[in-house]
Amino acid sequence: MNYQELIKQTALADERIVVMTAENRAVVRELPPVLGPRFIDVGIAEQTMIGTAAGLALRGRIPICHALAPFLIYRAYEFVRTDVGIAHLPVKLSSWIAGFLSDGNGPTHQAIEDVALMRGIPGMTVFCPADEADMLAMLPAIWASPDPAYVRLIVRKTDFQHAPFQIGKAEVVSKGADVTLLVYGYLFEEARRAAKILEGNGLSVGLVNMRSLKPVDEQAILDAAAGSKRLVTIEDHLLTGGLYSIVAETLLRHRQTADVLPLALREKWFKPGRLPEVLEYEGFTPEKIAAAILRA
Amino acid sequence: MHINELKARALRVREHILHLSTDGGCFTGASLSCTDLIVFLYSGFLRVHRDRLDDPDRDFLLLSKGHDVPALYGTFAEIGWIEKERLQNHLSPQDSIYWHPNRNIPGIEFHSGSLGHLPAVGLGIAMDNKLRGKENRVIVITGDGELDEGSVWETLLVASAYKMNNLTIVVDRNHFQANIRTEDLIPLEPLAAKFEAFGCAVARIDGHDFMQMQEAFGRLPFHPEKPSVIIADTMRGKGVPSIEARADRWFCNFTHDEVDALVRELHGEAQADLTSETLTVR
Repeated sequence: MNYQELIKQTALADERIVVMTAENRAVVRELPPVLGPRFIDVGIAEQTMIGTAAGLALRGRIPICHALAPFLIYRAYEFVRTDVGIAHLPVKLSSWIAGFLSDGNGPTHQAIEDVALMRGIPGMTVFCPADEADMLAMLPAIWASPDPAYVRLIVRKTDFQHAPFQIGKAEVVSKGADVTLLVYGYLFEEARRAAKILEGNGLSVGLVNMRSLKPVDEQAILDAAAGSKRLVTIEDHLLTGGLYSIVAETLLRHRQTADVLPLALREKWFKPGRLPEVLEYEGFTPEKIAAAILRA
Repeated sequence: MHINELKARALRVREHILHLSTDGGCFTGASLSCTDLIVFLYSGFLRVHRDRLDDPDRDFLLLSKGHDVPALYGTFAEIGWIEKERLQNHLSPQDSIYWHPNRNIPGIEFHSGSLGHLPAVGLGIAMDNKLRGKENRVIVITGDGELDEGSVWETLLVASAYKMNNLTIVVDRNHFQANIRTEDLIPLEPLAAKFEAFGCAVARIDGHDFMQMQEAFGRLPFHPEKPSVIIADTMRGKGVPSIEARADRWFCNFTHDEVDALVRELHGEAQADLTSETLTVR
């Protein structure tokens, strides 16, 4: 099973599903002959795609919209906010190459403010699966929900066996008394390996795959804060408005405090390049994540 | 409906608009320009009823130029979709009758206010109708200043590519942006040629002439494989000479006495003497 097979299976079983793209067919390439008129490619016109998706959703359809993350939600932001958000329509945004996944494209293509912008829209839900298997476990519930949703797509394959998914629930992989790593998306795998390094250094390490950033699993954050001496938020996102902010808001709302080390992008876009070298340069390899935690 | 009845109904709708132009005011000039179009569409042309919105064969009207919603409120009051007394709740947070359309008013299909959105939303509804194999019509009223928004043209490209003959854009061509004549700021002419170049079939009519409306709307779709566009030449403030075609009477907030005088003027009596500050920026 992959993304395309899942969407095909879902759409064939449910007439309401309409697959849309702003000429980004990377993960939906084989769907046009299968879905016929329920596959709508609007060309490079993200605003029109989102407005049209709103119109379709108004009539009971469930549009799943595809585009590169920055164009899907930055170019079309006001359409997402105004047409999908205000009307609270079940439009599903499948964003491609968010976070570090834009490799060598450069800042124009870097969606590292996406979580901040999307979670700021009332009623919008936000999901960041850790790998392909995680994404496939999460999408059926996301698509079945009546809420608008933003999903960072990911096709990375790992050997991690994920727990079943529930909207609003994090996947608590392990608990640790010394430090708990809170992470989402592509960096989950790097964090998992970083945790092993830290354990090799004698630390008791917790690891949480956040999965659902809005609604967020507040209890998982509070439990980690209560059970660990330190929390580390790890994200390929700006420091502002992402997981670090979510953790801060959650702790404040519950009148809790914690020692939180944020690993995020600080007031800058990342240096474009091949992904492994980007991780190295920006300090997000397992070794560098572990070193930053040991150093702090 | 007979032309004289349409005219009488439009006159009453214009009265409603004037009565909404006080105690906070509204976009009077921009509402009066498309009053005749909206009255025409809801007086027999559109196959739609507030109580049967789930009818699979019904038509859709979307106000993309949302600030003209007083014309819609007034029309709804006249066709019995909203209680006339309810219009007195204008701008009260206790109700949902404010400067832009919203779906809390039964019969309003979608909210607007940000320009350049509803051609795309209308395209989505039209696509759904096609998927269902239905012939329902989707009419989207835009302003002419609104045509500055690139999203309108983006949507026309797509609608044209998908041969959406069930989508009609009606341009309330009142020749004004918010505060300036379109041709003095961002000229639109030759407008019909622009729409034609984007793959649409176009008609141009006098947007205050019900005969011309009947003729043009009666011919829809203009082409079996193209979206239709009706450019309706209109006048900002139409019907009330002292505010007609004035750049500074887009948004109006009159005193009660001025409203009374304007209503008399609407009925052909003496011209109103207006001293209320003109709002050129809103």
